[in-house]
Amino acid sequence: MSCFRLENVSYRYDKSLVLHGIDLRLEPGEILGLFGHNGAGKTTSIKLILGLMQPTQGTVSVLGGQAGDPQVTQYIGYLPENVMFYPQLTGREILSHFARLKGASLRQVPALLEQVGLGDAMDARTKTYSKGMRQRLGLAQALLGKPKLLMLDEPTVGLDPVATADLYRLLRDLRDEGTGIVLCSHVLPGVEPYIDRAAILTEGSLKAAGDLAALRRQANMPVTLSLDPAHSISALEKVIDSAATSSGLMIKTDNGRLRVDVQPREKMALLQTVMASGEVADVSIHQPSLEDIYVHFIGSGGLAHRGGSQ
Amino acid sequence: MNSIWTIARKELSDSLRNRWLMAISLVFATLALGIAWFGAAASGQVGYASTPATIASLASLGIFLIPLIALLLAYDAIVGEEEGGTLLLLMTYPLSRSQLLLGKFLGHGLTLALATLIGFGVAGVAIALLVEDVAITNLAVAMFRFIASTVLLGWGFIALAYVVSVRVSEKPIAAGLALAIWFFFVLIFDLMLLGTLVASEGKFNAELLPWLLMLNPTDIYRLLNIVAFGDTGQLSGVLSLGADLPIGAAGLWIGLVLWFAIPLAAALLLFRNRRI
Repeated sequence: MSCFRLENVSYRYDKSLVLHGIDLRLEPGEILGLFGHNGAGKTTSIKLILGLMQPTQGTVSVLGGQAGDPQVTQYIGYLPENVMFYPQLTGREILSHFARLKGASLRQVPALLEQVGLGDAMDARTKTYSKGMRQRLGLAQALLGKPKLLMLDEPTVGLDPVATADLYRLLRDLRDEGTGIVLCSHVLPGVEPYIDRAAILTEGSLKAAGDLAALRRQANMPVTLSLDPAHSISALEKVIDSAATSSGLMIKTDNGRLRVDVQPREKMALLQTVMASGEVADVSIHQPSLEDIYVHFIGSGGLAHRGGSQ
Repeated sequence: MNSIWTIARKELSDSLRNRWLMAISLVFATLALGIAWFGAAASGQVGYASTPATIASLASLGIFLIPLIALLLAYDAIVGEEEGGTLLLLMTYPLSRSQLLLGKFLGHGLTLALATLIGFGVAGVAIALLVEDVAITNLAVAMFRFIASTVLLGWGFIALAYVVSVRVSEKPIAAGLALAIWFFFVLIFDLMLLGTLVASEGKFNAELLPWLLMLNPTDIYRLLNIVAFGDTGQLSGVLSLGADLPIGAAGLWIGLVLWFAIPLAAALLLFRNRRI
């Protein structure tokens, strides 16, 4: 049973097409990063999965049922972007209220508050909470009742580095227990080590989806080799020049090292040649990061958009 | 049903916490005792006038106060949750929109009913104990009728406030519209009816005219509390039309019930079609 499955989903708001032809699925025990600039359709996709809206076209199935069905939503945890709560109630009262609504055990409430680090503040009114504390309470709320599908929109906003690391560790544990998790974030380097798959949305359509290796292959972006010459930099340059069969290879020198951009399929051949020549003392390899891949798929127009957020 | 009660329970505890319940009860009790005590002031003496006169005065004041309190209590029911950012979150829980609104209604309705019962109930008991030779059964029946109709009137205006609250997207607009509703039913409607009467110079269908009173819950409420004593002489202004209304007390009660059932149904329908 998939956590959710979107099949050829389109959504129209008034006249404009917000989503078109989205095919996306999430299996249990998987963390999916959902990326895209503001207005790309991330929130709309999440709302469709939550059953807050009906797709104009296509089918959305969630946890083997229909999106929005109470039997289904009971097993979904959701943390909205900029989560807000009743200011006059305490953290414990709010979490108890939501636990009752979800049919979760009230005994979970203090334990969850401890887990997200609100143990000392649970009896203070949430109007005294900082942004980070509200975010933690939002997280506790999403974890009520052991969700099978967890959707987190910008979960790390307002969290300090230690809390962020705690959060990711927690998500990993939940993943290992079989929870399917969707992470929306603009902090790409932050989430990169934790996601199993990424989906990149632009202007309502899915630009790319898959694990990082597959996305790298699809993007076909050059790999950067950083080489330390064994004897002299010019000798090393000569070796590379002679080995280079393809065009578009770039060579730059900075503080005694040589940086070479190479197409992924030619990487091994070049490495072998360099190694055999004995002109290299040390090598490090830089794969394109999630951010590089994201920029590649979004295009430079997307980069401008991205500047406005986060 | 459980989730409806969970929502209602939060509303109730909110109204205890922000002392709304206590404040409304106090206002009602003070009002009732004040009118009971000074009811006969117009005839030159201080003291309890009579049960029908006291109830009639209370009902006249009630039509100003009860709709206002009900609208204030309920106008931000949905739009407030939306502005506070909690509506979206609530809707991702196993809770339908109807359950949310019905839960709110139960909570607000119980708050108002409790305040009415406590406030006027205390006043009723005080009158029974302190006023000599007042007919207790008579007073009890009148008080019960008054409290029940007050609660129904309040529920009607709570439901009307919901119609506004599920439609608009900003709290100040909801507040403005709620005040407009109050203004229309409490002040404008009777003036319009009176104007129509005068302007038509009796050419208006005499059969139809009394029915127009049924279009205003506050008029039904006043009729109910005055006509019940069989003393239609107390009816003044447009209310005297009510003497010609061929439906009796049962019809008036049904009218009040419809006045909360229909707006509530409308609010539920509008909320279901609202985009979140």
